[in-house]
Amino acid sequence: MPNNTLVIKDGKITDNLWKIVSEDHSDLTQDGIILPYSLWLANQNELSQRVSEGKIGLLLEGDHNLQEQNEGIADFALIAINFPGFMDGRGFSVARLLRERYGFTGELRASGGVIRDQLCYLQRCGFSSFDLDADINIEAAVESLNDFSEGYQISVDLPTPLFRRRA
Amino acid sequence: MYQYDPYDHQIITQRIAQFRGQTERYLSGELKAEEFLPLRLQNGLYVQRLAPMLRINVPYGMINSTQLRRLARITRDYDKGYAHITTRQNIQLNWPDLADVPDILAELAEVEMHATQSSGNCIRNTTSDQLAGVAVEEEIDPRPYCEIIRQWSTLHPEFAFLPRKFKIAVTGSNSDRAAINVHDIGLRVIKNEQGEIGFRVIVGGGLGRTPVIGSLVREFLPEKDLLTYLDAILRVYNLLGRRDNKYKARIKILVKALGVEKFAELVEAEWAHLANGEATLTQTEIDRCKNFFTEPAYVTIDDNAAQAEVDAIAADNIAFEKWLSRNLCGHKVPGYAAVVLALKPTGVAPGDVTDRQLEIIADLADKYSFGEARTTHDQNIVLAEVKKSELFSLWQEAKAAGFATPNIGTLTDVICCPGGDFCSLANAKSIPIAEAIQRRFDDMDYVYDLGDIDLNISGCMNACGHHHVGHIGILGVDKKGKEFYQIQLGGDSSENTALGKVLGPAFGETEIPDIIAGILNVFVENRHDGEQFVETYNRIGLAPYKERAYAK
Ligand code: SF4
Repeated sequence: MPNNTLVIKDGKITDNLWKIVSEDHSDLTQDGIILPYSLWLANQNELSQRVSEGKIGLLLEGDHNLQEQNEGIADFALIAINFPGFMDGRGFSVARLLRERYGFTGELRASGGVIRDQLCYLQRCGFSSFDLDADINIEAAVESLNDFSEGYQISVDLPTPLFRRRA
Repeated sequence: MYQYDPYDHQIITQRIAQFRGQTERYLSGELKAEEFLPLRLQNGLYVQRLAPMLRINVPYGMINSTQLRRLARITRDYDKGYAHITTRQNIQLNWPDLADVPDILAELAEVEMHATQSSGNCIRNTTSDQLAGVAVEEEIDPRPYCEIIRQWSTLHPEFAFLPRKFKIAVTGSNSDRAAINVHDIGLRVIKNEQGEIGFRVIVGGGLGRTPVIGSLVREFLPEKDLLTYLDAILRVYNLLGRRDNKYKARIKILVKALGVEKFAELVEAEWAHLANGEATLTQTEIDRCKNFFTEPAYVTIDDNAAQAEVDAIAADNIAFEKWLSRNLCGHKVPGYAAVVLALKPTGVAPGDVTDRQLEIIADLADKYSFGEARTTHDQNIVLAEVKKSELFSLWQEAKAAGFATPNIGTLTDVICCPGGDFCSLANAKSIPIAEAIQRRFDDMDYVYDLGDIDLNISGCMNACGHHHVGHIGILGVDKKGKEFYQIQLGGDSSENTALGKVLGPAFGETEIPDIIAGILNVFVENRHDGEQFVETYNRIGLAPYKERAYAK
């Protein structure tokens, strides 16, 4: 998990206010921690208040079965999706499902193995923040968000397909 | 043919700018090789055994004379003056410089061509019937739908990093020239009883290491639902397809693992959320795309008179008559024919064309076929709209340019991948095998007598030469560092799709022509009147061929 001090959020470089913790993390009273789904599930009752206050984030893996495990998901202020490697494209679908089907409107963060050249696609799939691998030049990377200004398909940031917009 | 509007131009221009930046970052050492790899693949650039290879999309095989001339120029300016037609209707350059590729892409974009997603783990160029729009028995022209799919698949943000490559083929005919049963998705455009247009959807076919014939997932999908349904299939695959083993990552493995019923159930459940959403096709969009594929300005011709004229010339000219008998396809409009320009004279790697030949094809297309041509998956070129009255003059010009080998559909019209001469994945060479067979069977009368035979050669199990669906398939294998060839019989890429059966242990390179001769003899000895090779095989089975091939 990168947990860099700087992240890209809403198109700008900003301080990272969040931290992904591991499954065996014990101090759940901290604010700004991003919990693996299992850890949250096990402590759901005691954490729900702080979740609704926007103080706890959730970490999902690419194989997370949203259809069966989606309860309360829209209440989080932040959901991070882990990319084990940049070739693993499952997170793109998970993101769209969160946005388009499960009503998630908070900060959606791509975390881990993604590379700069994917930012534009990730944004189109609904990601609003990026915690990239530490060796990526974040100032240069942020420009890649604007690689494309038009796309054929519907996407989270462009919910009407080009064919309905063509004059 | 489809024509770009400012949106199409803008998207492709931004794509090139993006790739130019990526190439510069790679060359300066900023972008790691393993990160550049999928990016360059998704822009068509492979690195092969000897040099990079650039695969340029020919969307569903349609190409015009301006594009052909531009390709010719590109092969001269950036390559060694020739190109290669692939088994998926695309065009490859074998020797471009990596640093030149963004410039090549920019030159292509000027003539409305691109190499986006011609390789890599993404949705590839959609392929179709080379006789789309003109085939006599065609129900519906598939090309407007191919174009709709091209746009949907181009830079699809959700599906650029799939478990593995993904290929879609579309046909509107019962005679299947697009091999829809051996694609990740095969679509047959159909009309239902109410006369509404839709698709029969087949999923999970494919060749390669584990050849599979696709399964029917939906009998009738209304045309307006095309893209939402494709989104549903791709999403199920993207989320559930295996990523731990690249040999098990194609959708065919997922469909098999789940069972087609379960797979279809998952797709339908996903689709229930997407159906009737914004991505549902509008009639305006369908009509817009259909408008690019309207009939050209045909003239009214008395077919009988035109045919009589052709027959009269053919009666005095055996060579022309032979060409007519093999290199012509029927046409739905009276007085017209579709002509196959043969790219496989003996001694030339199947599918290779020189820069000069590309220009001649462009000239012929302008003169005889409304300025358009098509690439075919059997690595030839089709001029689809030729007046019968001009066949003789076209034949003379084609002959002079080396395109008139009258062997289409015969034994020597070999489908062949680049193999060990070019491809770094190869187990064995394939081009020299094709040539050895063409040389051995150079008696055209014998070849004609044999009738229709698809002989397909792949240099390894990736099966780019489609050997599983050749009536005779040849597969290069590696035995202790030596090149050997396995033979399969009985494959079929038509609507009667079948996968070939392995004859037995592999043979050495020099044995192949004799073994093929033996197989052909078994056919000739056993065929009934009028029977084609594959029909005889289906009747008598593998055993007699095997016996002959391995007789001591
Ligand atoms: S079949 Fe194998 S050898 Fe032939 S082109 Fe494909 S990968 Fe290369």
